[in-house]
Amino acid sequence: MTGSRAQSGGLIDRSQPLSFQFDGRSYSGFAGDTLASALLANGVRVMGRSFKYHRPRGVWGAWFDDPNAIFNVRLGDNELPNCPATMTPLQEGMQARAVNAWPSAERDLKGGLDLFSRWLGAGFYYKTFMWPDWHLFEPTIRRMAGLGHLDPNEIPDYVADQTHDRCDLLVVGGGAAGLAAARTAAEAGQDVVLVDDHPELGGGLFRRGLRVEGQEPGDWIAEQEQAIRVAGGRILTSTTGFGVFDHNLVGLIESRGFSVAPRLWRMRADRIILATGALDRPVTFADNDRPGVMSVEAATEYLARYGVLVGRRIAVLSNNSFAEPAAARLRNAGAEVTLLDASTGAAQALGGKRLSGVNLAGQQHDCDTMLVSGGLTPVVHLWRHAGGKLDWRDDLGAFVPGKPPAGMAAIGAANGCFDLEDALAEARTSAQGAPAAPGNGQYSFSPLWPEPGAKGRQWIDFQHDVTLKDVEQAARENYVSVEHLKRYTTLGMASDQGKTSNMAGLAAMAAIRGKPIPEVGTTTFRPPFVPVPIELYRGQNRGQLRVPLKRLRLEAAHRAAGAALGEYGGWLRPGWYGNKPAREALHDECLMVRNAAGIIDASPLGKIEVMGPDAEAFVNFIYYNTISTLKPGAIRYGFMLTESGIVYDDGVIARLGPDRFVISCSSSHVDGVNAMLEAWRQDGNDPDRIFVHDTTANWPTVTVTGPKARDIVGALGMDIDLSPDAFPHMTFREATIQGAPARVARVSFTGDVSYEISVPVAQVDTLWHAAVEAGKPLGAGPVGLEALSVLRAEKGYLIIGKDTDGEVMPHDLGFGVPRHKKTAEFIGNRSLHSEVANDPDRRQLVGLRVPDGAGALPTGAHIVEDRDGRKVSIGIVTSSYDSPSLGHPIALALLQHGQDRQGKAVTVWHLGQSSTAQVTSPCFFDPEGKRMHA
Amino acid sequence: MQLFPCPFCGLRDEREFSFAGEAGKARPSATRDVSDADWANYLHMQRNEKGPVREVWCHLPCQEYFVMERNSVTMEVLGTTTLRKDPS
Repeated sequence: MTGSRAQSGGLIDRSQPLSFQFDGRSYSGFAGDTLASALLANGVRVMGRSFKYHRPRGVWGAWFDDPNAIFNVRLGDNELPNCPATMTPLQEGMQARAVNAWPSAERDLKGGLDLFSRWLGAGFYYKTFMWPDWHLFEPTIRRMAGLGHLDPNEIPDYVADQTHDRCDLLVVGGGAAGLAAARTAAEAGQDVVLVDDHPELGGGLFRRGLRVEGQEPGDWIAEQEQAIRVAGGRILTSTTGFGVFDHNLVGLIESRGFSVAPRLWRMRADRIILATGALDRPVTFADNDRPGVMSVEAATEYLARYGVLVGRRIAVLSNNSFAEPAAARLRNAGAEVTLLDASTGAAQALGGKRLSGVNLAGQQHDCDTMLVSGGLTPVVHLWRHAGGKLDWRDDLGAFVPGKPPAGMAAIGAANGCFDLEDALAEARTSAQGAPAAPGNGQYSFSPLWPEPGAKGRQWIDFQHDVTLKDVEQAARENYVSVEHLKRYTTLGMASDQGKTSNMAGLAAMAAIRGKPIPEVGTTTFRPPFVPVPIELYRGQNRGQLRVPLKRLRLEAAHRAAGAALGEYGGWLRPGWYGNKPAREALHDECLMVRNAAGIIDASPLGKIEVMGPDAEAFVNFIYYNTISTLKPGAIRYGFMLTESGIVYDDGVIARLGPDRFVISCSSSHVDGVNAMLEAWRQDGNDPDRIFVHDTTANWPTVTVTGPKARDIVGALGMDIDLSPDAFPHMTFREATIQGAPARVARVSFTGDVSYEISVPVAQVDTLWHAAVEAGKPLGAGPVGLEALSVLRAEKGYLIIGKDTDGEVMPHDLGFGVPRHKKTAEFIGNRSLHSEVANDPDRRQLVGLRVPDGAGALPTGAHIVEDRDGRKVSIGIVTSSYDSPSLGHPIALALLQHGQDRQGKAVTVWHLGQSSTAQVTSPCFFDPEGKRMHA
Repeated sequence: MQLFPCPFCGLRDEREFSFAGEAGKARPSATRDVSDADWANYLHMQRNEKGPVREVWCHLPCQEYFVMERNSVTMEVLGTTTLRKDPS
């Protein structure tokens, strides 16, 4: 047994024992423990295996700086991977397992890998598994690597809260400096938020054990906390500032207990004070990764917070003045402590899984625990996220905050001010908005950096198994930039993101290159500062809350009629009606339209009004087709293009009057078209002479289509003449139905006589029921979107985005006239005369017919041609259906030289199967259009 | 995440805005006469400057397009001007 529970002390609750398991064995701890502190108290040393060589590892740190003890933790039904043992609060019944080790961290079967370490140096995988192809080896190597095991079961209600907030001053870090700063600012009337990542405030005060301004640490902390709250300040504990983003947005993650999703705070602060403290960094010596080698700071943290004495015979190897007071506190708690002089020579840790001593300059010192410190490194991550500069201080051997980013200051140990009195003074000055120069205090430091060429295996990055020799090798192979060093050796790339390894790594590279450390520089600090679950960023931003479905006014009527509702272009719409199989319903509804009539809820159809004195010139510019010649009461079909000449949307435009148009764009495209209209209206035109208003939701639409459509519409009691001569195809009428206004368009998406009747939203229920009732005796009824898709394909009518893609221009679709004849300028004009637009090999819209008896072609199948023995795609099937109206399958396709291939056979290829089809016109049904004009 | 000032709605979260292009890019008139190279330049070439930039943005909830000047390095917003011509 090495570690043990001290007789007294710590912040734990000794009246609340908790039992738990680690690697299958049972242990007990107390409320207030972390998994790591409880294991140390039980004498457990080996808590993990390293990533690459499976070397046994114990804890190095006591909080976020520990790279070694990473567990899969199960509690009840829930299991989470990659929990840092040092940061996971112990709970009754927890079952923890070391990741990357089997059957246990103590007896890992892959431990033998370490014997081959000589051949597994930096770049081993890159160099070894190149031939014939890395991808052959990748699956096996990936299986061997990796950390925790992901439980495939979802944790119920694991949904992160996301909160937006603001404050005058955000103080990150609730140690002495942070508390003093928060209190000063709060008492000066500032809206202050103080966050600390521990469950309790106090930071480093516990481990240093110093009286603060004449008080015991606990009393002083309680007094500050009380004062901050009284002054209106807010305090968030168990909350970590994990990133600073643009315009002083700070991401805070609030831990809410095991297997409860954390809460994200998006905190916008006018000012940010970083009081994030400093970390002990490792010393680079032979076998410095042995279980039992840990930081001086960690040992005092375990004692002060958890009442755990990490060892009995402790040797301290440190280069700074914090070692002696730490040693004194450990002696007081009952340990035998020897202070070693690091300047006497090279050190080597002795023993295997159990540390047995240290050899320093040829002299052996027996010990069960080694505490080391290579100096303090201020935690400057958030400072760097915000773009703050770093200065090198030789007297501290550390990078400290330099030129500050706007609205940010660093105080206390984070600013290289390690002396308590100085830090408090600095904090209070800074809280008042004045720049404060950190005092030097009592801290003294003598350099103790990695020595290139030193004997033995000296670990730089514990978690990713990078040694000094790997850094030397990287330098020999010219990976001398620290960013290259990082990628080549993976130094600093593990989940601790170099919190322990960065300084040693760049100091090693500096020594190898014979340069001062600041000239070598640091790698980039990126959020998140601590690992955060992806769920944090998602939260409620999912499903319907992310993209709400648009709902029809008539949804209840459709449900009552037995509609199968589905999502079509962002709307919840009827796919088909009746309690029968989709295929059967589809067939019946198609034939109903062709033989009688269908009644369709076409409300999502775009209805964007364009008004004003410049409206005519505007729509003429927006459309590919000439619109200026359109007469009031008339309708024209046309395309809108992008400036690249690509078809963006199709639809009809109706002219209501000299300065008033209604653009009827695709149902799924209304928002996009509206945005495009607004962009051209405001950026390039006089917005006081053109007005664009999307009235889609105001004017729901009922479409009646089929040979008996006129009879049904005639029964609705509209005050207009419906006869074909008075109200022909492609015209528009304003009417009234029972006193309410109606807008009626004779346009057809089915190839049969159609009336699209739009009424104010309150009237549509009446209209729908009236149409359905009028249709019943005639054999007509509601028709869904699936049948409409078939009916329009029978006519060769397009769905933009289905039958066209990002390369299709209007002349590919048989609409080539405006390209040559339209004289007025329009969007995309010039692009229709580019080399690409004139390419004779462009794909053109065609129809495809399969031989008698063959099934429908698969949508997405390629039309192929044999060129030099290889299949080459010359086109693609875009729509394909069994046509009930025609009794055979039909398909639309985009095909190179489609017009020249009319009547010819082509080969269609899909998933290894070939078939033949004949190229036809895209219009299969009533090509003369007699039915539509009837 | 940045805060952008909409000329109508004031400071709002950047997620409410959509980038609409670099400001000051004039669409060639009578485009049929424009050379392939000049048209391609208009369509595809961006200045993509480092430092102060002028851009057109749209505030989606109110649909207002406006010119925003900002620093593409420091992300500092320098100001906005409306696209609307002076009513006088």
